Amino acid sequence: MSFKSEEDAQAYWKENVRLMVILLTIWAVVSYGCGILFVDALNAIRVGGYKLGFWFAQQGSIYVFVALIFVYAKKMGDLDRKYHVHDDD
Amino acid sequence: MDNLRLMTYLIVGATFALYIGIAIWARAGSTKEFYVAGGGVHPVANGMATAADWMSAASFISMAGLIAFMGYGGSVFLMGWTGGFVILAMLLAPYLRKYGKFTVPEFIGDRYYSKAARIVAVVCLIIISVTYVIGQMKGVGVAFSRFLEVSYEAGLLVGMCIVFFYAVLGGMKGITYTQIAQFCVLILAYTIPAIFISLNLTGNPIPQLGFGSTMAGSDTFLLDKLDQVVSELGFNEYTTDVRLNSLNMFAFTMSLMIGTAGLPHVIIRFFTVPKVKDARSSAGWALAFIAILYTTAPAVAGMARLNFMTTIEPVQGEYLVYEERPQWFKNWEKTGLLAFEDKNNDGRIQYTSDAATNEMVKVDQDIMVLANPEIAKLPNWVIALVAAGGLAAALSTAAGLLLAISSSISHDLLKGVFMPDIDEKTELMASRIAMAGAIALAGYLGYNPPDFAAGTVALAFGLAASSIFPALMMGIFSKRINREGAIAGMVAGISITLLYVFQHQGIMFVASTAFLGDMPRNWFLGIEPNAFGFVGAICNFAVANIVSRLTAEPPEEIQHLVEHIRVPSGVEDAHAH
Repeated sequence: MSFKSEEDAQAYWKENVRLMVILLTIWAVVSYGCGILFVDALNAIRVGGYKLGFWFAQQGSIYVFVALIFVYAKKMGDLDRKYHVHDDD
Repeated sequence: MDNLRLMTYLIVGATFALYIGIAIWARAGSTKEFYVAGGGVHPVANGMATAADWMSAASFISMAGLIAFMGYGGSVFLMGWTGGFVILAMLLAPYLRKYGKFTVPEFIGDRYYSKAARIVAVVCLIIISVTYVIGQMKGVGVAFSRFLEVSYEAGLLVGMCIVFFYAVLGGMKGITYTQIAQFCVLILAYTIPAIFISLNLTGNPIPQLGFGSTMAGSDTFLLDKLDQVVSELGFNEYTTDVRLNSLNMFAFTMSLMIGTAGLPHVIIRFFTVPKVKDARSSAGWALAFIAILYTTAPAVAGMARLNFMTTIEPVQGEYLVYEERPQWFKNWEKTGLLAFEDKNNDGRIQYTSDAATNEMVKVDQDIMVLANPEIAKLPNWVIALVAAGGLAAALSTAAGLLLAISSSISHDLLKGVFMPDIDEKTELMASRIAMAGAIALAGYLGYNPPDFAAGTVALAFGLAASSIFPALMMGIFSKRINREGAIAGMVAGISITLLYVFQHQGIMFVASTAFLGDMPRNWFLGIEPNAFGFVGAICNFAVANIVSRLTAEPPEEIQHLVEHIRVPSGVEDAHAH
């Protein structure tokens, strides 16, 4: 199977890139943003014994990373079906 | 033989018997089975194997210890070594799986229509993987000598024999199924002591939650107590101890992330799943399994540091009397990894941040994970399990690296460049011989670690970040990058990274040849050499783009190739041609 038309191919790629940009923005915000650049400001907030910035750097960013990949896999699966380029049997 | 040693022999022996059993069951009969396990591995199974492949002796033994003494600054390892999987999953893995070949240099050679580019990639791959494997072999030798009380050399030899057995016989197929078993061993070995320790200190059995809870029987938070104890002795506050500066932490994390995504032995694991969608979800499973260890590690680090501090200073201002030190303290003193010197002759252990009065003259960070079960007075079988876990972590990573090395020799150099006419049977034989050779080389380097071994992690990640990752990413996301651009980019990226590491840490890490000195004031924007792969990667991207724009466009069939790998459907089985 391949794309029905050249327009489909371009539209698929555009949607794919847009999804990636959104998810990678979240990826950068939780790690480089919350974990490093704005860590001092977030440390003013406490969740239990954790200072929030410290929590993002040592715990939270990792949980978000895992979620991001599964969201990506799910959304790309939907996109593949929308453009009929999925590889299910 | 005492009870602990007997228990250790039993548990380690049982895990080794399991690995050998799997090796006999999962023999490889074709090059496809040898290189990519036949291409039919379930995504969850591949995720588990990838987790074991990725988590090395460094993750298992050293990382929590590093964080214990770096505090917040140690977050660079936690974020860097996990965040890389996000970019691997979105930027590389599905597309490379669609392409459906056996090795990373093969893609680079085809995409940039150049044997030279393929050879440059092979050279990078071998440097990265060999430097990395030395550390694993050392880990095997150390784990054996410390827990089973055999010599370092004998331990190394046993480790080599085990890897030889399942890697030469089974190739990727044998390695995949052994790695799944090794993941189970190492994750149990890591989490069980952590649960006990968290329970002891906070009453909460989940370390990730216990780390943010109050101390058992008190309403002081564990992290506040930790901050207070370390600051009283003059160390930086645990939760805010920045590593040098924010820009350096930023660059360090980024280098580890893109280095992770560019490591060939991790990338080739995604060639073993059946479809493109499996490559995507498999990356998620891999990171989920890795996250179990990586979110436990900071809790282990903080709790181990606190336990260690309160052992030495049980009551504030009153240090432990040396003669009353606990048994584990004596055990680790024997290994030389822990050392005390009574500078003021009062018979007590002063532990401070001031080198002039500090009497804990040596605290090796590696003992934090290994001594943890003893410090927490856990039963012997837990200590034995930690030994088996450390070995599983080192062996699984070593096997993955050795496969990346041997397949690039037999498939890229021999079949791809020098002897394209050999048939499959000969190639399979060649890959087994290459594997045996790689194991012998790794073992030799484990016996005689070169002077530069200590600095090699920086080199491996720096090279992966500055050479392989940009070449792969541009090959997928740009149709304009051509042969000239890719080669110039890889060479520029490697050169600037090597130059920076060598000028501050010595040529091949011989310190006396460091012509700019290992001094922060000479560092470019305050970035330490270990964090420089990020800058190397930027140079690679920039040079590749400029050179490509100045030279001819890639031929039309290459543009079709790029379009082809962007379509997920119609994936072919991984094959040679």
